[in-house]
Amino acid sequence: MAGWLEQNALLLGLALLDGLAYAALVFMVAVGLNMVFGVLRIINIAHGSLFAIGGYAAASLGLFLAARGLPDWTGYVALVLAAALVGGILGPVIERGVLRRIYGHEQVLQLLVTFALFMILEDAQKLIWGVQPVSNDAPLRLLGTVDVPFGEDVIPFTAYQLFVLPGVALATLVGLAWFLRRTLTGRVIVAVTTDREAATAMGIDARRVFLLTFTFGAGLAALGGALASPTTTLVPGLGAATIVLSFAVVATAGLGQIEGAAISALLIGIGRSAAVYLAPEFEVVVPYLIMVAVLLVRPQGLFGVVETRRV
Amino acid sequence: MRRGAEISLALLGVAGVLAAAWAAPWLRFVLTIALAKGIAVLGILLLLRAGQVSFGHALYLSSGAYVVAFLAPSLPEALLLLPLAALIAGLIGLVAGLFLARYRDIFFGMLNLAISMVFYSLLEKLYELTRGTDGIRVEPPRVAGLALTLEAYVWAMLLVALVLAVGFGMLVRAYLASPMGQALAGIKTRETRLEFMGVSARRVLLAAYVLSALMGGVAGAIVGMTTRHVTPLLAYWTTSGELVFIAILGGAGGALGPFLGAVTYELVRVYAAAAFAEAWQAILGVVLLLVILFAPGGLWGMLLGLLGRRPGRAP
Repeated sequence: MAGWLEQNALLLGLALLDGLAYAALVFMVAVGLNMVFGVLRIINIAHGSLFAIGGYAAASLGLFLAARGLPDWTGYVALVLAAALVGGILGPVIERGVLRRIYGHEQVLQLLVTFALFMILEDAQKLIWGVQPVSNDAPLRLLGTVDVPFGEDVIPFTAYQLFVLPGVALATLVGLAWFLRRTLTGRVIVAVTTDREAATAMGIDARRVFLLTFTFGAGLAALGGALASPTTTLVPGLGAATIVLSFAVVATAGLGQIEGAAISALLIGIGRSAAVYLAPEFEVVVPYLIMVAVLLVRPQGLFGVVETRRV
Repeated sequence: MRRGAEISLALLGVAGVLAAAWAAPWLRFVLTIALAKGIAVLGILLLLRAGQVSFGHALYLSSGAYVVAFLAPSLPEALLLLPLAALIAGLIGLVAGLFLARYRDIFFGMLNLAISMVFYSLLEKLYELTRGTDGIRVEPPRVAGLALTLEAYVWAMLLVALVLAVGFGMLVRAYLASPMGQALAGIKTRETRLEFMGVSARRVLLAAYVLSALMGGVAGAIVGMTTRHVTPLLAYWTTSGELVFIAILGGAGGALGPFLGAVTYELVRVYAAAAFAEAWQAILGVVLLLVILFAPGGLWGMLLGLLGRRPGRAP
């Protein structure tokens, strides 16, 4: 064991750094999925598609700006702008146009509806961006690499993945906690999450809260995709992979838990990148093994609260 | 709906399939695939009766197909491959079901999706075993010990699919009417009450789940032997989506709905999928939304409405 550790220490270090960057991205998607569920009581299967579309939009916008000869730093503006556009347009369209019709319906119906949305968005993405891989790694290259000391060795790692991704995820986590606990709008959202009827009776416009939350969640997914776009090539199927992975994170943490989602994102992100280096064939299996292991012991998730049974 | 009327409709359907296959040779292939998918959709229907939807039944379809692909070289007999595919898919369903039957609604749907996605990427990545995305070619097996010409083989597969479709249709109809089937509906309305009566909801759902996996395996074996080329695409979420789509399109009210939906879907697909290849999933999505929002009984419900009967139950 000790010998094996020594031999593979460098690999494990790399897996740890990779996992951290990856966990940051997964967290961005999962936290939006979780917030939307908390308020709307709907798991949006199309959430992963918003991630993918955010990524594509960011890559296209970045390439477009670069082709116009604008300075390099506008690439970062493109990331945020693309995410805001995708969230700001698709969010309200989906919530107003479709989801509004099915609030309070059976869960199976709601699942089917968001699954239909998922089918539509996956093809819309293919129609717009085609099936050829798209990539724009300018924002990644621009920041260069950092030598991370690891024991006696150093691991060269991109500054973008080392600082920007975990930084944004941490800022989202802290910002969200502050927003939900300290601002009026945030408290209104929490109120609707806890007891919609009582909140409405106090004069809160639940429909506005639904719209706001869904748009915000969509924006977070798109931002996750935009931030991911420099680190990977975008291919069809990204949306499907993202929704199952972020659901695994949310299920592991327990539905509706925000801080918990951060911890399970770390757990699953690092687990997955360890598998990438050690047993690449089983890369996709590891997140679900972690999830299944957690769910077998705690069916409500690591931080979830048991709901009372209705009679 | 009266039993007699349903039987005559089913007989009418069987006659229609045979007549169409006799008149138009190219339809034989399409109808065999449609009947196979109809059998798989019967499984989705069982789960819908309990208010649960699985976005991962492509797992069982593809395991049936891969059983055929792996075993056909050493065991070239269709009538042995079919029960083997059913058995293995049923066993996979039992193992997965022991875990999944604890969950409902969102978790049930998404965990099914997750398991099938894992299976898909294993099929894709374990190249040594599955030849990855290239897939495996299947030589036509013998049917009842006879090595058939290609034309006779296509007919034989259609007849096998038809017999199995009628058989499983009757089985599901009887199952839904049995106490086990009635308890499924109980899971949908209020599970706790079921438990108060001493019925284990978990076991009821597990039994239905294993049956649905078994039917998925049979369907996959027929698909594998008919297309004679098995690829991981059969395990991809789009295949699961297709099954759910057909279930909703056909209507979850009765055992004929899945076949009505499957035949309609495959016929439209033959003409339309080539013209709208890039937007096919999107079109399915839009139709799915429209059916859910405006015609919750599906085609079966509409048909019943036309015949002046009580529309089938919404999913």
